[in-house]
Amino acid sequence: MSSITASGTPAGTAARRVPAPYWNPYLAGFGLGLVLLAAYLLAGRGLGATGAFSSVAAWIANLISPEHAQASAVHARYLESGSPATAWLVWLLIGSFIGAAVSGFLAGRTSLTIERGPRITDNQRLVLALAGGIIAGLGAKIARGCTSGQALTGAAVLNAGSLVFMGAVFVAGYAVAWLFARKEWL
Amino acid sequence: MFPLSSTMELTQAASLGLALVIGLGFGFFLEKAGFGSTRKLAAVFYFYDMAVVKVMFTAIVTTMVGIFLLSSAGALDLAELYIEPSNYPAAIIGGIVFGVGFIVGGYCPGTSLTAAATGRIDGWVFIAGIFIASYAYAELLSGFDTWLASSANPDVTLPSLTGIPMGWFVLLFIGFLALAGWGMSLAEKKFAGLRP
Repeated sequence: MSSITASGTPAGTAARRVPAPYWNPYLAGFGLGLVLLAAYLLAGRGLGATGAFSSVAAWIANLISPEHAQASAVHARYLESGSPATAWLVWLLIGSFIGAAVSGFLAGRTSLTIERGPRITDNQRLVLALAGGIIAGLGAKIARGCTSGQALTGAAVLNAGSLVFMGAVFVAGYAVAWLFARKEWL
Repeated sequence: MFPLSSTMELTQAASLGLALVIGLGFGFFLEKAGFGSTRKLAAVFYFYDMAVVKVMFTAIVTTMVGIFLLSSAGALDLAELYIEPSNYPAAIIGGIVFGVGFIVGGYCPGTSLTAAATGRIDGWVFIAGIFIASYAYAELLSGFDTWLASSANPDVTLPSLTGIPMGWFVLLFIGFLALAGWGMSLAEKKFAGLRP
C-alpha cells in the first residue's frame, strides 16, 4: 500500500503509468448535466447517493427485528418501498460505482491507496474520514439529501430548499476549513 | 412526452435497468471530473483549485437550460418531475452539519463512492461512516425526523416563490456561472501558493 503525497502521485510507484489528466471542468460538468437531464427526462427524478444507504440500513434492521424496524419512522419509510434489491437509488449507486471504476481504471487512476494532506498520517486520515462520513451522513439525513440529491438535483430545478442547503454547506465548509482544518489539508 | 416515466408504464426491471445506466454515466463523469480525489475536493475550500465547483455549477446550468427549453417547447411536463419538498430548518441544520462532515472527511456521499471505486481506502472508510450515520439516525432520531418533516413545504421553487418566470432565473444562473468562472480563475491564481 502506498500513500498519495504532496506531489499528487502515489509514492514509490515509479513503474506505474502516469494517470491521465482530469477532464476540463466545464466539459465534465456539461456531461454530468446531461446525465442529470436524462434522469429527469426518462425517470422524472434527479440523482441521489445517500438514500441507498438508508434503504440498506432499513433492510438490515428489518432482518434483525421487523417489530423494532417498524418502530422507527425512518426505517419504516424505506421499508415501504421494498427491499434494497428493487430500490431505484440502490441501482443508481451500483451503476455509479461501476461507471467510476471503469473511468478510473481506463485513466490509470486506480490504486489501493490512502489519499491525504501532507501533514497528517495515514491513520489520522482514516479516523477523520470515518468521523467525516458519520457527520456528513447525519447532515444528509437531516436535510433529506446530499450534494447529489439536494444540491445538484434540486438546484437544477431551482428548488428553494436545495439552494438554501447548498449555501449552508459552503458556509460551514469554508468556516471549518479555515478555522480548524488547515493542518489536515495544506 | 417527457418525463418518459409518466407517459409510459415501465416494468420494474426496465426502471431499475434505467437507474443502472444513469448511474453508469453519473459515476463516469464524477470520476473524469476528479471527484474521486479527496485532495481535489478539499482544494475548493482553499481556492487553489476550483474545478469541483466549476463542474457542479456547469452541470446545474446545463440541466436547467435543458429542462427550461424542453418545457417551453411543450416536450416536458414540469409538474410531473419529482421535486423534494423544501424544508428550510432541515436544509440549514442539515447543510451546516453536512458541510462540517464534508471538510473533515474530505468527501460527500457520491464522491466517496467514486473514490472507493478507484481504490481509495479513505473513501471506503467514509462510506462506512455514512452507513453508521444512516443506521443511527433511523434508530435514535426518528422522532426528530418526524418533527422536521412537519415543516416541509411541497414544491417550492424560485419561480413559484417569486412569481418570476423560470427563463429569467435561467439567464441569471448563466450570467452567474460566467462571472463565477472568471472569479474562480482569479482566485486560483491568488491562492496558488497554498497548493501543498
